[in-house]
Amino acid sequence: MSNPYAKLPNWAEYGLIPFVNLVVAFLVAGLVVLLVGENPLDAAYHMVNGAFGRGEYIGFTLYYATTFIFTGLSVAVAFHAGLFNIGSEGQAYIGGIGVTLACLWLDRTMPWFVVFPLAIIGSAAFGALWAFLPGWLQAKRGSHIVITTIMFNFIASSLMVYLLTRVLKPLGSMAPQTRTFEAGGQLPKLDWLLSIFGLDIGNAPFNISFLLALLVAFGVWTLIWRTRFGYELRTMGHSPSAARYAGISETRITIIVMMISGGLAGMMALNPIMGEQFRMQLDFVQGAGFVGIAVALMGRSHPAGIIPAAILFGMLYQGGAEIAFEMPAISRDMIVIIQGLVILFAGALENMFRPAISRFFAGLGQRSATAAQTKGA
Amino acid sequence: MSDLAIELRGIDKSFGLVHANKDINVKVRKGTIHGIIGENGAGKSTLMSILYGFYQADRGDILIDGKTVTIKDPNTAIASGIGMVHQHFMLVENFTVLENIMLGAEDSQVLNTSISKARVELKRLEKEYALEVNPDALIEELPVGLQQRVEILKALYRKADILILDEPTGVLTPAEADHLFRILGQLKAQGKTIILITHKLREIMAITDEVSVMRRGEMVATRNTRETSVEELAELMVGRRVLLRVEKGEANPGAVKLSVKNLTVRDSRGVTMVDNVSFDIRAGEIVGIAGVAGNGQSELLEAISGIRRAVSGSVVLNGKSVDVTAHVDPGELRVQGLGHVPEDRHHVGLVLKFDESENAILGYHRDKRYLNGPFLNMDAIRAEAEDKIQKYDIRPPNAKLKTANFSGGNQQKIVLAREMERGPDVLIIGQPTRGVDVGAIEFIHKRIIEMRDRGMAVLLVSVELDEIRALSDRILVMFAGRVVGERGADATEGELGLLMAGVEGRKEAAE
Repeated sequence: MSNPYAKLPNWAEYGLIPFVNLVVAFLVAGLVVLLVGENPLDAAYHMVNGAFGRGEYIGFTLYYATTFIFTGLSVAVAFHAGLFNIGSEGQAYIGGIGVTLACLWLDRTMPWFVVFPLAIIGSAAFGALWAFLPGWLQAKRGSHIVITTIMFNFIASSLMVYLLTRVLKPLGSMAPQTRTFEAGGQLPKLDWLLSIFGLDIGNAPFNISFLLALLVAFGVWTLIWRTRFGYELRTMGHSPSAARYAGISETRITIIVMMISGGLAGMMALNPIMGEQFRMQLDFVQGAGFVGIAVALMGRSHPAGIIPAAILFGMLYQGGAEIAFEMPAISRDMIVIIQGLVILFAGALENMFRPAISRFFAGLGQRSATAAQTKGA
Repeated sequence: MSDLAIELRGIDKSFGLVHANKDINVKVRKGTIHGIIGENGAGKSTLMSILYGFYQADRGDILIDGKTVTIKDPNTAIASGIGMVHQHFMLVENFTVLENIMLGAEDSQVLNTSISKARVELKRLEKEYALEVNPDALIEELPVGLQQRVEILKALYRKADILILDEPTGVLTPAEADHLFRILGQLKAQGKTIILITHKLREIMAITDEVSVMRRGEMVATRNTRETSVEELAELMVGRRVLLRVEKGEANPGAVKLSVKNLTVRDSRGVTMVDNVSFDIRAGEIVGIAGVAGNGQSELLEAISGIRRAVSGSVVLNGKSVDVTAHVDPGELRVQGLGHVPEDRHHVGLVLKFDESENAILGYHRDKRYLNGPFLNMDAIRAEAEDKIQKYDIRPPNAKLKTANFSGGNQQKIVLAREMERGPDVLIIGQPTRGVDVGAIEFIHKRIIEMRDRGMAVLLVSVELDEIRALSDRILVMFAGRVVGERGADATEGELGLLMAGVEGRKEAAE
């Protein structure tokens, strides 16, 4: 028997299992909080309240989520083709150049809606360019994509230090960053969207690139499941030998997929640069590319899963900052541990509870979901 | 003392919702060869895995020598005197025969004494059962037949009285298979009990004393081999009457559709797998390539279908020359009229994680009729898939079902439907019925003949000699990468067997 476990109903497969994993991650995280002598329930309260307690907090959560949607999609697209793109971090970083060039060029003369499309194209083009080389090296030379993309993260980091200290920095400034953009380089906030729900956005940088992220998520779904190219990339991802049999060129798919993946990562730069800081700063990506890997894993590389997973990680970021602020014993590093636990249980140990849940479904057939969760947890 | 070596009482096993074994009762008499047959997925392997301790039964008892035993893992099975020869050998390739035999049965951490003891014991076993094999040879240097002998010795070394053999002849030439049967006969004469799992009815008839038939997880019958027939067993296996002989008329060969000249192909390690092979196939004929697996048939198919680049040689498809030494786009060959049913449907012919409908267009996905610009035309794809499901009786008839959830026979039908329904001029087929149940074999054979009668040129590669003989109009035999002989459809098994073993071919080449 190749698959001794019975197939689960969809809601269990895509809802129950991730949920159980998440619950376990938080339980273990709670133990860690207990270990440093704080009350886990308080921590949980601060986490949820800090992420969703006020309109402003929600704005921050969704602002982070926007970033993670882009990087999550970037990792997911490559993943469907069987490529593990660890380089979203560097691709997003380089994508920032495209955004910045468009803004520096036109922000004083043009309104945001003229600059924005150019910035989108610029960010995607620069991100794609940065992913092209690892893709080309993999396709033509067999250099492993994981190794090359990691190296390209370092190259990107060094290159940006050079650019921000020598080239893009205004004369006479001490800070490694570009000048602040004028109105044309600033994206409108989505305060109206929150006010529909009676929420006040406050100072949160929740901006229009969130809508772009949703649009792009739909585009990625279409690309993967509704186009010929998506069909070919999935074939290659599932079975390279079947792809060869079907006459699908591995070289072509590898290079193009990596460029799409890099382009998506690059678009992430729109959110912090045009939506929050209105300038490009050193290290503005702040690990979002790596979080994208976790988001893609947790969202099962499906846009419909990536969006909630991105919001979850947005919550961890925003709520986590709140915990660190309210509970001094819990430092920022502790928050990283909690995020790490979520990644561990939701991603790496994804199948840990599957046998138990499968057996449960097989044995008892029809029982309520709550019972299943208790057993699984 | 009981005269039963093994008795299984009410064995029941489920995997999730799959009921793999339903209340199985079997009695295996001591000193006999007991065959167990059934289609793929009938539950034979599960039953044997329970007996060998890989799985635990949900219910039921195992009795060995009349005593109830609990077999919780393979070690307890071995301790109870059960030995298993797996279909895929469990040998360490770069160990010697002796090292493999004592692996896991060492007496102490220091190996010197156990090695010398094992050598003495091995000598004794070899003499007792006439199973000669050089104890110091490396496994990877031994032919498959001898590797299997090592597996048998391994079981005997562990003092097995009951030997389970799982599809033992799948990788053997007819001569090697005959030799194996003689060995089994000797083991039986020495009082060993043998359980033979197979799907080949002829083998059952040839050497077993009793035979049990499984169907859909149930033990449907046990017969004395002398009192049954191939027809009855086939009917018991499938649950309805099956036509075992393929009915076909005379071939009407037309123009040459596929011409292969001086083709040489190397594998990824640079070993020459196809060595200067030439042949022609005409419209309306089936040319079969017989040979033991691994003699270059796979590489030949891959080179012709554009998956593997050839070193030298030429291929003319449908009057058009194809440069097989350069990069060839398999998709382009399809457009030029080549259909290809690959040997390995799990990794090559299908993407198991795809929906059935997605696999129905694999390789033809660039065809305009499935596309709207760059987008897939989902309606057209589904309509196509449903049409083929109906024409090829693919079950369950659900184009949205994941391909991995279809049975082997139905998966093969998905591939055949895709490659045949286009009406290619040349159809190359590798292992059309590997892992396919008897009922579907009948269907597939009929279709292949039908395609021939419609004027297709068919190249058939199979390791099942019966299949080659039943379907082919001409038979080429491959040995060590070369075509060592050509015979007509009336060639005897012995004749082909000698060619397959490379005996006859050397003589022919020398003449």
